[in-house]
Amino acid sequence: MSINKNTPLLFVENLRFRWPSGHRDIVDIPELSIQTGERVFIKGDSGSGKTTLLSLVGGINRPDYGRINILGTDIGELKQSNRDQFRADHIGFIFQLFNLIPYLSVIENITLACEFSSRRKAKALVKSQSIEEEAYRLLSHLQLGNRDLLTKPVSDLSVGQQQRVAVARALIGSPELIIADEPSSALDTNTREHFISLLLSECEHSGSTLMFVSHDEGLEKSFDRCIHLSQLNKVDKRSKNQQLEEYVS
Amino acid sequence: MNILLLLKLTFKSILNRRFTSYLTLFSICISVFLLLSVDTIRKEAKHSFTDTISGTDLLVGARSGSVQLLLYSVFRIGNATNNIGWDSYEKISSHSSVAWSIPISLGDSHKGFRVMGTSQAYFEHYRFSDNQALKFKEGYAFSEVYDTVIGAEVAEKLGYQLGDKLTLAHGVYDTDFARHDDKPFILTGILKRTGTPVDRTIHVSLQGIEALHIDWKSGARSRQKVSAEQALDLDLQPTQITAFMLGLKSKMDIFRVQRAINNYKKEPMLAVLPGLALGELWQLIGVAEKALLIIAAFVLLNSLVGLLTVILTSLNERRREIAILRSLGCRPNQIFILLASESLVFAIAGCFLGALLFFIAILFSQSMLQGFGLNIPLSSFGSAQLVLIAAVIGVSFLIGIIPGYRAYKQSLADGMSIKL
Repeated sequence: MSINKNTPLLFVENLRFRWPSGHRDIVDIPELSIQTGERVFIKGDSGSGKTTLLSLVGGINRPDYGRINILGTDIGELKQSNRDQFRADHIGFIFQLFNLIPYLSVIENITLACEFSSRRKAKALVKSQSIEEEAYRLLSHLQLGNRDLLTKPVSDLSVGQQQRVAVARALIGSPELIIADEPSSALDTNTREHFISLLLSECEHSGSTLMFVSHDEGLEKSFDRCIHLSQLNKVDKRSKNQQLEEYVS
Repeated sequence: MNILLLLKLTFKSILNRRFTSYLTLFSICISVFLLLSVDTIRKEAKHSFTDTISGTDLLVGARSGSVQLLLYSVFRIGNATNNIGWDSYEKISSHSSVAWSIPISLGDSHKGFRVMGTSQAYFEHYRFSDNQALKFKEGYAFSEVYDTVIGAEVAEKLGYQLGDKLTLAHGVYDTDFARHDDKPFILTGILKRTGTPVDRTIHVSLQGIEALHIDWKSGARSRQKVSAEQALDLDLQPTQITAFMLGLKSKMDIFRVQRAINNYKKEPMLAVLPGLALGELWQLIGVAEKALLIIAAFVLLNSLVGLLTVILTSLNERRREIAILRSLGCRPNQIFILLASESLVFAIAGCFLGALLFFIAILFSQSMLQGFGLNIPLSSFGSAQLVLIAAVIGVSFLIGIIPGYRAYKQSLADGMSIKL
């Protein structure tokens, strides 16, 4: 599908969601839009509903009310299996920790993203001879070009290395949107700066839009824009205690 | 998005948990092996049991129970309650419908093996298994009074060779004071292995039995001794035998002859069809065989429950992995397949290894089993075993639904938030 430069990559409108077991809305966002190619820092403390927001944007959960439009598609309208396929094709995820599947090698962990999406596989093959080569190319860009590393069990990698492998997996096949959920909070300060600059430059390289979620305000300066989830999400007006209750339940 | 990818993930995941996986696989393999073995042995035992005697239309002895008659005349177990007169035997065996008859005289033993007095007709007409006649491994049938022919197991256990002299003992227990040591027998023939009680029998002529007991009265040696040579000059025509087997000219006559014998006025006798009596006896001892099968089935069930436990335990550790797969676009139903296929992989591998073990065990224990009269060829692995294996795999598939469904539910509830 062709995207007009002026239409946002992500457009959220009147979004409301509560967990089936919850008593209260946990997300209530009147409006949010992110432009193609934008690198957005979303600041949110734990319990501010950020993981839930990411689940909704990622199409894992369906909003109770409102619209989430990504690349011109209202993903709330899609069937579950189509939402899963949409996520596989267009979104790359990076989590805070333990991003890798323990029984797969470094290369297998990266190419797994292409196994679930023929679209991303095809895009990866435009850049390299094989998806393994493309995985290696990305790793080299992320300064993990040591071939010995590829055959090691992922548990032998340092946390910083594991996070960079996760970045490579999120980027392979150039999905339009990269969602990073506290990807650097397990790293120490020096590695963190380095990691973020690598992530930003690689997103730029592959033309992916980045949603970077963190509670660490210090990182804000590297991004195009900063959104405070507490201002965005109207349910966040509640007391800390209430939030905690909600989070635990 | 293909099944192959999911299978690849399943395999790698199983291999990653190598130690528990191997233990689980070992347990399933052993249970499948046990089930296959018990099933095969029980079938072969029944087969070899019903094969003990064939071709004989009627088994005749003094009036008692059919099972008892079968036990002492065919299996050489226990003793006859009474003998039957030689005149009755002659009368019946000369009946116009009778093709052949084999007289049997029991009561003596040799080092724990039963001695059976019979006639040449035994080597000619006795049949076992699928109508197989007795064959000689060495030597020939007895012709003289003091000749003897022994079964394969007797020859093997006691290490006898042709020409050896055997001293028979009176009664079933071999004691010093009850030996017929004045009249030794000469070994003239050794029979080939049959897998039936014949292997454990010492055969002599009826005249031989008569000669042994010519100076015995009421189970004890009389004072007036008769030497082996002297006995030969006496009349050795037996007056009593223990039982006899009949072959009829036409199967149509079986029930008529049976009724005639059972109604024989001069002496109370019992004629039974060997096949029916065998069936009756098997019903008695077949209970043990069923119990064994049930135990084997429970052992297998136990292994499968163990498998379920292992998979369910791993499920908790794999929550994060499942969340990662979900984030990559893996659908909940694929998560289901991923977890459900695990038990199937274990079951198929376990069945394969169990069957392999079964084959190896048969190869190495064939000769030992033949000693028990069990003939188990490799070809005994047939459709019945395949049905068992299919059942095991089917049950494992059903068991796999449990972790599959739990993972499915879990993946929906967890979404991408990984609670650790």
